[in-house]
Amino acid sequence: MTVAEALIECLERENVEIVFGYPGGAVLPIYDALYHSTKIKHVLVRHEQGGVHAADGYARVSGKVGVCIATSGPGATNLVTGIANAYMDSVPLVLFTGQVPRIQIGTDAFQEVDITGITLPITKHNYLLKDPSKLPVVVKNAFHVAATGRPGPVLIDIPKDVAQAIISFKYPSTVKLRGYKPTYKGHPSKISEIAKLVGKAKRPVIYAGGGVLASQASEELLKLAEAISAPVTNTFMGLAGFPGDHPLFLGMLGLHGTRYANLAITECDLLIGLGARFDDRVVMNINSFAPHATVVHIDIDPAEIGKVIATNVPLVGDVKMILKELLPLIEKVDRSEWLERIQALKAQYPLSYDRESGLKPQFIIEQLWKCTKGDATIVTDVGQHQMWVAQYYHFKKPRSLVSSGGLGCMGFGLPASVGAALALPPGSKVILVTGDGSIQMTIQELATMMEQCLNVKIILLNNSALGMVRQLQEYYCEGRHMATHFQFHPDFEALAKAYGIPAYTFKTEEDVIKGLPEFLDSPGPAFVNCIIPREENVLPMVPAGKGIGESVECG
Amino acid sequence: MEKHTLAVLVENSPGVLTRVAGLFARRGFNIDSLAVGRTDRDDVSRMTIVVEGDKPFIEQVTKQLHKLIDVIKISNITEDEYVDRELVMIKVTAEPSQRVEIMHIAGIFRARVVDLGSKTLTFECTGTEGKINAFEESLRPYGIKELVRTGKIAMLRGSKYVALSLAPSREVENA
Ligand SMILES: Cc1ncc(C[n+]2csc(CCOP(=O)(O)OP(=O)(O)O)c2C)c(N)n1
Ligand SMILES: [Mg+2]
Repeated sequence: MTVAEALIECLERENVEIVFGYPGGAVLPIYDALYHSTKIKHVLVRHEQGGVHAADGYARVSGKVGVCIATSGPGATNLVTGIANAYMDSVPLVLFTGQVPRIQIGTDAFQEVDITGITLPITKHNYLLKDPSKLPVVVKNAFHVAATGRPGPVLIDIPKDVAQAIISFKYPSTVKLRGYKPTYKGHPSKISEIAKLVGKAKRPVIYAGGGVLASQASEELLKLAEAISAPVTNTFMGLAGFPGDHPLFLGMLGLHGTRYANLAITECDLLIGLGARFDDRVVMNINSFAPHATVVHIDIDPAEIGKVIATNVPLVGDVKMILKELLPLIEKVDRSEWLERIQALKAQYPLSYDRESGLKPQFIIEQLWKCTKGDATIVTDVGQHQMWVAQYYHFKKPRSLVSSGGLGCMGFGLPASVGAALALPPGSKVILVTGDGSIQMTIQELATMMEQCLNVKIILLNNSALGMVRQLQEYYCEGRHMATHFQFHPDFEALAKAYGIPAYTFKTEEDVIKGLPEFLDSPGPAFVNCIIPREENVLPMVPAGKGIGESVECG
Repeated sequence: MEKHTLAVLVENSPGVLTRVAGLFARRGFNIDSLAVGRTDRDDVSRMTIVVEGDKPFIEQVTKQLHKLIDVIKISNITEDEYVDRELVMIKVTAEPSQRVEIMHIAGIFRARVVDLGSKTLTFECTGTEGKINAFEESLRPYGIKELVRTGKIAMLRGSKYVALSLAPSREVENA
């Protein structure tokens, strides 16, 4: 069998059901082999960036490895943004790129790029497959590396002549990688040390990140929080890992976090970091982050521990496995005083916005939550609208938020919603909240959405601006709005209709109250252009250089 | 800040040097010295990397290196008793009248003549970094035409050793 045929066989063995991709000369043999597969569905995107974001959205929602194929040269370079995005957010992907024939490598051949060189810093690992017989082992290893430990993208570059070579196929049953052995089980002595610290703490806070979702530890996190009466704050990536309407929930922390989350961090005496990496948008000023706290940091990636902040108790391992061992060791302590303090902070500094002038984006997100009650998969793009979703939507189920955190990659939303919808049973509610800037970065994927008959509801929060940057200019450039106010917009409604998508416009609160439920319940895709004020800022916000406890509430 | 010498066992695969060097570059870690070669097994290479920094920094370097799939084992040699060596080759101007004098200096450093030109002498010398530096300085007044130095290589003293047979699987220590 050819390497290309063997590749498809490998994908079937890995239970891959969907691949996203875009063909080209260098992957001709792979597409030809794919033609004969009855088990794998190929989704033709409209741009390779869309393909990798879709695979990413698919992986985030399904928990499976996302797969994407692109041709050599421009096809491969078009993947780069999406690979970086998946790398930053630890999303398991396996990417296949075509490469020029081996004999031409290094000659600046037509559509040749050194994609393994280019993606070296943004992949967990990558391969240039020079030896055809190694294909099965390489694919097996790639899926293993992508999905285990701290997940991430793995790329396999396949020269065209390698894809055409004949090999005898044998899929390995086990993975042998002597340089890769992630630690899952936490050290027992550290676990009992943590149990003791928890027992002694008066003001514990749990700071939970995306690792909780990756290790499917939401249930254990809830048990822990309730057992020790500790309020829980989520990082942006951690949202949906803890029920958004739970009394112990503090919302998101950090730059645009709730004031009560940020103040709880400032006042706590024990900080339990779970699958989070003390990112700069969370920590803000390192010297005033959790200044009174003993810091416990549990993470699967040893390199994250001690990278940003000195930790009192470091513990490497899988969050779920560790919490399972920790829970029986925990003693109940009365923390009513601390919980009262938390309630007081919540009452004193609630999230708020002014409803006086026009249709406010926060209002739309609140209504969205009222309509769905958390029973939907929310996908966002990047900008202010993303932060309003993080603040005003209350996530209920793990993996019900799909958004670009670490890279903050505009254009992620639409293709990711395509991937998310394909990962869910038909008819599931997938809602994309996007911005007028972001959607134009990958708007071509509306065609993919329609071709696949996907039921995605698109809510465009249209402020005629690159709102998030506009806001930065408001604060840091004395209001000089350079290149952030759009002077021209297409007729978004007409544009959606051109793709065959029913489209509406909301201009008032009344439009939303009346129209949103019907919009969400309509069968098939739908698009709504919500006209919101340009001047609205995301608040609270921690000004640059300030500590996390020093958020400002108004512009 | 101290210098640390890391013995890093890696897969002898193409691109492994790029991976390691790339990691140092993008994380802003400076390499003081780097030497690579294969070990007694042809599927394993050994890199000796010298980096300067405090303990948390070295810990971060080590952990980031461990994340590379091709890195099999890392030992911080500096934490133990060890021997290290560098090799230098120096071509120095040597008029016939100066040769005896120069050969005498070389003798002190146990350097060997590896080539002789009509007006030059070429030496090889191995030793610690300090010794090599001293040898270089001693020859400088005569006029160094060319100098090439390897990176440092190092080994633990006594019966301890850094090898795969010691630990077949890489240990990931708890932070
Ligand atoms: C690809 C990319 N380019 C630039 C940026 C910088 N950036 C961050 S948010 C933002 C504005 C996004 O505008 P829009 O999608 O309309 O969302 P809004 O903030 O207005 O809600 C920009 C330009 C980015 N994050 N990603
Ligand atoms: Mg906008």
